Amino acid sequence: MSMMIDIVSWILLLSGGAFVFIGGIGALRMPNFYTRVHAASLTDSMGTILILAGIMLQAGWSLALIKLLAILVFLLLTCPTASYALANAALLSGLKPDAKTLSPDDKGRPTP
Amino acid sequence: MDSPSIRIRSLLGLLAILAVAWLAWSGIYKPLILGLGVVSCLLSVWVAVRIGFFDRAVFSLQVISRLPRYWSWLLPEIAKSSFEVARVILHPKLPISATIVEFDALPPGPVGQAILGNSISLTPGTVTMDVHDGKLRVHCLTRHGAEEIMAGGFNRRAAELTQD
Repeated sequence: MSMMIDIVSWILLLSGGAFVFIGGIGALRMPNFYTRVHAASLTDSMGTILILAGIMLQAGWSLALIKLLAILVFLLLTCPTASYALANAALLSGLKPDAKTLSPDDKGRPTP
Repeated sequence: MDSPSIRIRSLLGLLAILAVAWLAWSGIYKPLILGLGVVSCLLSVWVAVRIGFFDRAVFSLQVISRLPRYWSWLLPEIAKSSFEVARVILHPKLPISATIVEFDALPPGPVGQAILGNSISLTPGTVTMDVHDGKLRVHCLTRHGAEEIMAGGFNRRAAELTQD
């Protein structure tokens, strides 16, 4: 049984590490600021969830499990807030995103 | 503005949550540590009163009770778009088609709109850039992701989560 838990925990930790690594590659490969934020958010969300889930399995039923859960919840609440602050600051300071705009009025017709 | 009795009730509620959190976090039950806990809980409640936390009923227990269902819907969405973004990053041609989506938020209150914006940001491949006057502006890595946002699943679920 503990063997099973170890295996699942290692799978979670390794795949979490893989997502963090891919997020890092993405931050280097992406062409501009706004697209880099997307690569970083891969590290924030999926990497965090998988790695903390892996550690939780190692912790077992203890006080540490509650703390790890709390860390997960706090990270998942604060990471998107930080991303928003970053993207919003860039937008307000006049960095124009190189992107097409879609709005519900034009039914998917891209505007230049 | 709520009546004073409701304010007292939510003030005591916050105090109880803080006390339980302190006891669960520290795990050390010595007089000094417990005394510090009492002081910091009271200090936090005082700060909450000062910033006007109790003047507006912004967050209800009802929302918290609906959160597990919301999260169990959000988690698979995060997993799905994580694989999508990872595929785009590792693709030799880097097939991005950055798209910005603008739409009206269905949740009327500030909490609902914050939850909506943060849920969208939390999902890889979409980042909320601006929330203003109930309108959201979302930057998407691919056109496919933009169409998912336009389908309105996030908007509808966040509205259901925070409705009275």
